[in-house]
Amino acid sequence: MATAADTPRESFRLGMLIYDTRYRSITIQTIVVILAMAGVWWLYDNLMANLTALDKTPSFSFLWNRAGYDINQTLIPYTNDDTHLRAMLVGLVNTILVAVLGCVAATVVGVIVGVLRLSKNWLVARLMTVYVEGFRNVPVLLWILVIFAVLTEITPQPRDFKVTDEMIAAGEEPAASMILLDTVAITNRGTFVPAALYERSLGEIKIGFLPISLNTLAILAVIVGSILGYRAIKKHATAVQEATGIRPVTWWKSLLVLFGPIIVLLLALGFHLEIPTLGGFNFTGGILVSNALMALWLGLTLYTAAFIAEIVRAGIMAISKGQSEASFALGLRPGRTMSLIILPQALRVIIPPLISQYLNLTKNSSLAIAVSYMDLRGTLGGITLNQTGRELECMLILMLTYLALSLLISSGMNVYNNAVKLKER
Amino acid sequence: MKKSVFLGTLAASALLAGFASAATLDDVKARGELICGVNTGLTGFAAPDANGNWQGFDVAICKAVAAAVLGDASKVKYVPTTGETRFTALASGEIDMLARNTTWTFSRDADLKFTFTGVNYYDGQGFMVKKDLGVSSAKELDGATVCIQTGTTTELNLADFFKVNNMSYQPVAIQTNAEGEQQYLAGACDAYTTDASGLAATRAVFADPENHIILPEIISKEPLGPLVRHGDDQWADINRWVLNALIAAEEFGVTSANVEELSKGTENPEVNRILGTEGDLGAMIGLDKEWGKRAIAAEGNYGEIFAKYLGESTPIGLARGLNAQWTQGGLLYTPPFR
Amino acid sequence: MSDLHANSALFVRKEMLPPSDPPALESGAIKWLRENLFSGWLNSTLTVLGLAAIFFVLKLGLPWFLHGVWNANSLGECREIIAATWGEDAHGACWAVIRERWNQFMFGFYPRELYWRPVLALLLLMVALAPVLFSEKSNKLWIAGGVIAVLILWLSVSYGQWIPVGILVLLAAITGYLGSRGVHWPVNLLWFTGVYTGLAFWLLWGGTIWLPVVALLGFVVGWIAFRFASNAVGTIVGAGAGAIAAILWWYFAAGALSDTLTGLTGRTQPFWLRGVDSDEFGGFVLAFTIGIAGIAISLPMGIILALGRRSDMPLVKAICVGFIEFIRGVPLITLLFVASLLLNYFLPPGTNFDIILRVIIMVTLFSAAYIAEVIRGGLAALPRGQYEAADALGLDYWKAQRLIIMPQALKISIPGIVSSFIGLFKDTTLVVFVALLDPLKGITDAVRAAIEWKGVYWEPYIFVGAIFFIVCFSMSRYAMYLENKLKREHR
Repeated sequence: MATAADTPRESFRLGMLIYDTRYRSITIQTIVVILAMAGVWWLYDNLMANLTALDKTPSFSFLWNRAGYDINQTLIPYTNDDTHLRAMLVGLVNTILVAVLGCVAATVVGVIVGVLRLSKNWLVARLMTVYVEGFRNVPVLLWILVIFAVLTEITPQPRDFKVTDEMIAAGEEPAASMILLDTVAITNRGTFVPAALYERSLGEIKIGFLPISLNTLAILAVIVGSILGYRAIKKHATAVQEATGIRPVTWWKSLLVLFGPIIVLLLALGFHLEIPTLGGFNFTGGILVSNALMALWLGLTLYTAAFIAEIVRAGIMAISKGQSEASFALGLRPGRTMSLIILPQALRVIIPPLISQYLNLTKNSSLAIAVSYMDLRGTLGGITLNQTGRELECMLILMLTYLALSLLISSGMNVYNNAVKLKER
Repeated sequence: MKKSVFLGTLAASALLAGFASAATLDDVKARGELICGVNTGLTGFAAPDANGNWQGFDVAICKAVAAAVLGDASKVKYVPTTGETRFTALASGEIDMLARNTTWTFSRDADLKFTFTGVNYYDGQGFMVKKDLGVSSAKELDGATVCIQTGTTTELNLADFFKVNNMSYQPVAIQTNAEGEQQYLAGACDAYTTDASGLAATRAVFADPENHIILPEIISKEPLGPLVRHGDDQWADINRWVLNALIAAEEFGVTSANVEELSKGTENPEVNRILGTEGDLGAMIGLDKEWGKRAIAAEGNYGEIFAKYLGESTPIGLARGLNAQWTQGGLLYTPPFR
Repeated sequence: MSDLHANSALFVRKEMLPPSDPPALESGAIKWLRENLFSGWLNSTLTVLGLAAIFFVLKLGLPWFLHGVWNANSLGECREIIAATWGEDAHGACWAVIRERWNQFMFGFYPRELYWRPVLALLLLMVALAPVLFSEKSNKLWIAGGVIAVLILWLSVSYGQWIPVGILVLLAAITGYLGSRGVHWPVNLLWFTGVYTGLAFWLLWGGTIWLPVVALLGFVVGWIAFRFASNAVGTIVGAGAGAIAAILWWYFAAGALSDTLTGLTGRTQPFWLRGVDSDEFGGFVLAFTIGIAGIAISLPMGIILALGRRSDMPLVKAICVGFIEFIRGVPLITLLFVASLLLNYFLPPGTNFDIILRVIIMVTLFSAAYIAEVIRGGLAALPRGQYEAADALGLDYWKAQRLIIMPQALKISIPGIVSSFIGLFKDTTLVVFVALLDPLKGITDAVRAAIEWKGVYWEPYIFVGAIFFIVCFSMSRYAMYLENKLKREHR
């Protein structure tokens, strides 16, 4: 055999494919790829043989057929005359809704709990430990089911809100009443909250399938403008302070800029609330947040928050004690130390595991099946699959959509991670 | 069919349910066991008792087929299927036949490639509400929240019904009958809708069945029947004629009590043909002469099965209605055995 | 100096004063309270809020908990007893449902007289895990071994079965023999870890013992072929030859051999156990079966995937990354639906795997992707010097992996593997959505379907949740203990 000192010989022998390190990796890769392709081909061949035996041909045309079923919680307009594709989009939007709500709430709860768990307050720290361990070590399905059971078993039925003439005559109170100045009704079907109505509406524009209310757009634009204005005022105040040493009084300006424009806009639009009222079997008017969404959201939030709390705690503990000591030496109060010194540094440790928690939450949102929330799996992977019997096509779309969602979240968060990452010189 | 030797061995072990080949009958005989897909648990139709023995109206059909084919009504393995998994289980050969109150529809027959072998229960979708809701007709349900069990034709019927009557509703789609019950009893929905027989079965196990009423409207036709895969006509015939034999037995007064006696020979040549004392109908479907006798002996004729699991003496208390013999004003009418 | 001082000062203390007590606010319980609970307005508010929360929970839950009834045959009876003992308005838990349905929660519909089999499988699992988890000998191991032996004996006596004792004696004899021949702990028990998979399969599902034996022999055949071929033509060709030999064995020889042996021994114990159908599995037996099978089978797959992902070969790396990211990108529930709806389509026409087997296949793929990431973390945590040292010694890739890298990387990864097991164990509850009877929802729904227990909500959830908590919490503590131990060792 050749030693290292030998110059490689020109002639090629078959044995070199295995024994020569220059060619070996090519050989191995070729074999692995061939094996992988053979495996995939085997699966594909089986699939085709099975489908032929069953006389089925894969086709996605069912997506354009009439769905024919109703969905109780939709963010985009949908009736049972729409197509299966539309029903799938409704499900997708519902999945995204619960995922976004869950991620936001879980982050807030998780950060608070994580910080409190390190608090010097003996009682609070212990309580938070109980919460974290309790939620982490029990299946999330259990929490979703328990919260759903609590919501359906303990909250009142809509009819309990009913006030009849006899009750007035007898001076009785109804079994349940609305809260928050009679605007919100919590029932065992869901929470009815007031809806925003506009007397002089700007109408809406359609982007693809998604109708976007111009009112909402206008409000968002005004809010963003107000915040920019507020920032400009603060910046100016700081500039004045630096130049003269005296900070000008700005609170009334800030208030005006922050709240003035939005109030004017709302008045101009003729904004008023549509308060849910009891009529017939249910409350009518307002927006219904179904208990299924509520239970799923709360369950996912509390479960994921327990994990996020641990991540936050680990992130904070990774910051050396000298940092907080230095901060105290500068005279910063504990709250400001946390928000200005510790958390920004801890963020770098926190973000990578946080991404995987967001991914987990999004994937766990498919547990909607336990509470009959009509998410992507409920529409496309549930009723559509049943009605059409196209399990292969439905599952394929379902998995690819979830995959796309996951990749989207992880790439988005990675961009953010790279932005806050410690820039090493 | 090509099988490797090792897979063949695995099939013998408990982990593999078996091989589905073109001739289901041969498979069943070779296995010595009929694999029957049933409901995960619907009182009266198919539910395991405390000892895990399956019982019910649909289960009785499985038992009759097993008795006809294998000579032993207990040689059945029951595979609980959900609304979602049932068709796949049948299509993939995991089960030999599906007896899970399944509605016979065009697309299931033609598009999903199944053969319905008859109708063992003529059903229709109905509504159940609490009595104190003060509703006496489904037309008064405008604005109500309705619980539907998914995985069936019910959500489509429901959508159509409310649309035709120009009413609105809030659908709550649920997975299993147990969840539906829980939601309905907690008042999370005003009405619960599924097949009328299922409603009766559900109501039967409530603590206070008298406080719940099933509304008179039946909003759909739901002919429920056992089904098998397309492409195995012999197996379909066996299933079809076992069911027909049960129905015919009631018509001719053959019961599980007198079947032994009648099989010694009767005046009625059709009864003789069913019981195998005249002619050899069994050979035509690949069975022996006494298949019909065993099928009837298993759980009795159609009327006996109905009375045992669904009839008015049971907690479910269903009247025969459409499911009476044609001679009694019902729809049960078997083709002649000849 | 002192003279002057003595004269000039009117009074000079000659002895020390005894230290006076600290102020009442700065000592004992009050100090502790002040420092730990009421050190500022924010802390005080939090304390008050915390106390209020505890009070609220206790007020709601404690009476209900304490009024619990353990002896009753139905929910109605429970309520009557509570009303009779604690008054009409009292609420109370009905723990009787747990008492009555205990077996169902634990074993599902597994035949009652065969309960010893899953229990034995679980006890033997501890034995099989011991050499992996405890690399050094200690007295605690003897105690644990003794406890397990006693439990197995008890199992034998109470079910009138000699198989548990038989297995125990065989195990002790072989391990003792190996020990006397100079094979040290933990290697003298490691053989059992390899055999365990087959044994557990046989105990759980029953049937002939020759099937798992013959299947395990395939590995032996492959290894022998590998040894011969690698001596003759080198490691890589040897590995290929080993794999091919094992596959040929499984494909052609195994089935026939198993059939022949089964024919010879017939259906007699100990060669044949009563078969148990998969649909009789349920409760925690099902959860443990799926969870442990998933982790155990996925471990080798995970190692290979992790190595592939860190490999220099771009195509191999791409395949591994693609697989891992695909599996990690979709929810487990969709994979379970694939198991129940689609997997049969991807198998040769005519084959038909049982639903539990299909679920285990998909769960294995699922956890392999996660294990791969854990092990990749372990590999990345190894100092670069270890790789370089292995190269410097002239070890080839596989030797370096086997002797240097993997033992260390796996050791670092054990806490992560335990954590992914906890995750997987919790996720086994999702199998209810493909109509398997998991303890959380499947069994609970089945119990509630019975007329006498209709309306029981909280008790089964609390019970099942408590068991999950105990199992997962103790495992996570164990993972933490391992992590700390590793940190100490690395210092």
